[in-house]
Amino acid sequence: MATKTVHVDYLARVEGEGALDLQIADGRVASAQLRIFEPPRFFEAFLRGRGYAETPDIVARICGICPIAYQMSAVHAIEHAFGVQVGGQLRALRRLIYCGEWIESHALHVVMLHAPDFLGFPDGIQMAREHGDMVRDGLALKKAGNELMALLGGREIHPVNVRPGGFYRVPSRAELAPVGESLKRARDRAVGLLRWVATFTFPEFERDYEFVALRHPGEYPFNEGRIVSSRDIDIAIADYETEFEERHVAHSTALHSLLKRRGAYLVGPLARYALNFDRLPASVQQLAREAGLGPVCRNPFRSIVVRALEIVYACEEALRLIADYEPPALAAVPLEPRAGNGFGCTEAPRGICWHRYDFEADGSIRAARIVPPTAQNQPSIEADLAAVAESVLDQSDEVIRDRCEQSIRNYDPCISCSAHFLKLAVQRT
Amino acid sequence: MAGSRRPRLAVWKFASCDGCQLSLLDCEDELLALAEVIDIAKFPEASSAFEAGPYDLSLVEGSITTAHDAERIREVRRQSRHLVTIGACATAGGIQALRDFADVDDFVAVVYASPQYIQTLATSTPISAHVPVDFELRGCPINKMQLLEVISAFLVGRKPAVAAHSVCIECKRRGTVCVMVQGVPCLGPVTHAGCGAICPAYRRGCYGCYGPMETPNTAALAREWQALGASPRDIQRALRTFNATTEAFRKESEAHGD
Repeated sequence: MATKTVHVDYLARVEGEGALDLQIADGRVASAQLRIFEPPRFFEAFLRGRGYAETPDIVARICGICPIAYQMSAVHAIEHAFGVQVGGQLRALRRLIYCGEWIESHALHVVMLHAPDFLGFPDGIQMAREHGDMVRDGLALKKAGNELMALLGGREIHPVNVRPGGFYRVPSRAELAPVGESLKRARDRAVGLLRWVATFTFPEFERDYEFVALRHPGEYPFNEGRIVSSRDIDIAIADYETEFEERHVAHSTALHSLLKRRGAYLVGPLARYALNFDRLPASVQQLAREAGLGPVCRNPFRSIVVRALEIVYACEEALRLIADYEPPALAAVPLEPRAGNGFGCTEAPRGICWHRYDFEADGSIRAARIVPPTAQNQPSIEADLAAVAESVLDQSDEVIRDRCEQSIRNYDPCISCSAHFLKLAVQRT
Repeated sequence: MAGSRRPRLAVWKFASCDGCQLSLLDCEDELLALAEVIDIAKFPEASSAFEAGPYDLSLVEGSITTAHDAERIREVRRQSRHLVTIGACATAGGIQALRDFADVDDFVAVVYASPQYIQTLATSTPISAHVPVDFELRGCPINKMQLLEVISAFLVGRKPAVAAHSVCIECKRRGTVCVMVQGVPCLGPVTHAGCGAICPAYRRGCYGCYGPMETPNTAALAREWQALGASPRDIQRALRTFNATTEAFRKESEAHGD
C-alpha cells in the first residue's frame, strides 16, 4: 500500500502566493488541494461606508494585473443601482480600455509565464535566448495593450480615469490615432504569436467542464450580457446568487465558488470562447480553425492558443472602435445616488468578475460582495490537478510536479485577486 | 557580462496586489537589456528558477499583515545587501492599513464564513516597521521609470534621483492648469511627486496615491477643501485610502469625520 504526498510550496509564474498538496494512495490521487496562503485582504470590509464615486479607485487595488476588470464591474453595478445606462461612445471607450487590458494581460501570460512550460524554460527571459523574436513580439504586444490603457486610463496599473457614469476626460480622435497605428502592428504580431503557440505539443487531456461566461446578443463579451453556461444556466447578472455560492474552506484564504446544483465550473478564455464562438468575426474564426481549434476546446493546456486568439480579437475590436470613434459631448453621464442594490459582471482576462453593492440613500456603500475569477476556478483547478496527476502517476515526482504546476498555470490564476511556485517534498510510505 | 559577476536581484511579495512588481515586467523595452546586466536571481512571479541568496538588491512589495510574514521579512533582510521597498503597501502599509481604523475581527467576519481558518494581524505595517530599509519608493502603483532609476542607482552605488516635492510641481512642469482653481478638490499640494501628475491632467483631483510629501501642510489644504464645499467626511475619506497610516495623513484625517 504505497502512499505519498507531493507538495509544491510556492507556485511560480502566477500572480500571488499559493502552494499545492497532492496525496497519492494505492496508485490513485486521494486529494489535490491548491492551498492559497496569500494574506487575507479585506476589500469587502473596507468598502463599507465609502462613497460610490471612490469605489473604482479602491477596487482597482484588488489586482494590479487586471484593475480594469474590477473598475468596470464596479461602475456597472453602481449605474445599475442608480438606474442609469451608459451607451454610445462612452460604452465604446469602456470596451476599448478593456481591449487594452486583455492584450497586456494575455500577452504577459502567453509569452512570459505560460509558453516557457511548453518549451522547457524557467522563464520568458531565458526563453528569449532561443526564441528572441517571439519574446520581443510578445513584449511589443503587451506594450501596445498598455499604451491603450495609459491613454484611456492615465496609466497602465490602477488607471485613474474611470468613473461611475463614464470617464473624467475622453480622448480626441487625434490622440487615439497613434495608438491605432501601433495596434495595426500589434494585430499582425498577435497572429504570428497565435501561429507559434499552435505548434506547441499539448498533453492529450480533456475534461467535460461546465463553462460559464457572459453572452451578449451581438458581441464577444466584455461588459454586458447574460450569465450563461454550457448546460442550462441562462440568467441575468442580478440573479447570480440564485445559482452560485461561495464556500470557505480551511486550506485557502480565497473563497471557493460553486454551482449550487452541480459544484465546480470553469470561467475564463476556454469558457468565453466555447460559449461565444459565433460572436467572433469570421476572420478570427478562420484563424482559430487554422490554429487547430474547433468551436469548443476542452483541453486546458490549449488555453494558451485561445488566449492568443483573444489577443487577435482584442486588437481587431480595438481598431474597429477607434475607426468609429467620435468624442462624446459629455465625459460622463450625471448620476443621482439612491438607496438600493446594484449588480455588475464583466469579463476579466481570467473570466467573469461579479460585484454586488448595497447603497445608502447618499451613495455610501452599506455592503459589498466581490467574486473574482480565480476564486470561481479554484474547484475546477483542483479537479484538473487530480485528473492530470492521475495520468502521470507512473512517472517521476519531477514529472508529476511539473505537470501539476503547468495545470495551475493553464488558468493564469491570479491568487492576489482571490499565488508563486515551488519546492517539492515527496513522502513515500 | 561573461566572466564578471552580475549583481543579483530578488523580488519579494507580501500583502499586495502584485501591481508594483508587475511594473518591472511592464518595462517592455528595457527588460531583456536589464536581464543582461543584472542576474534576476529570484522573481517568483516571472520565473520558476529560484537562486539562493544572498542578493545584492531586494525589491520588496506588500505590507506585513501576518505573524509569518513578520518573520519572513527578517530573513529577506538577512539575505539582502540593499533592501528597497516598492509601493505604498511596503512603504506605508497600503490600503490594507485601513484595518487600523477598525476592528479586524469584524473585518474577518464580514469576508469569511469560518473566521477560525483566518490568521491575520490587527495591523498592516510598512516594511520599515520591521527591518532597516535602504530606500522607499512611493506610489500606488510605483512609476516604472522611477523603478529603473532606483535599480540603476543601487547597482552603481549612488543615491536615486527621486524628488520629494509635491505633485503641484509636476503639474507646473506638465503645463496642467490647476484643478483647485477650477473648483475641484485635489490632494496634489500635500502629495509626494512621482506619478507625473496624472489625475489633474485627466481633469480630476489628485487622490494621494503617492502619500505625503516632505513637510506637507495638510491643515491648510483641508481648509481649502472646506471652502470648495467638501464635508469633513469627504476630507477624511480622501486622506484614508492607500497611505492612510502615514503620520501626516492619519493626523489630519483624525481632525475630520462625521
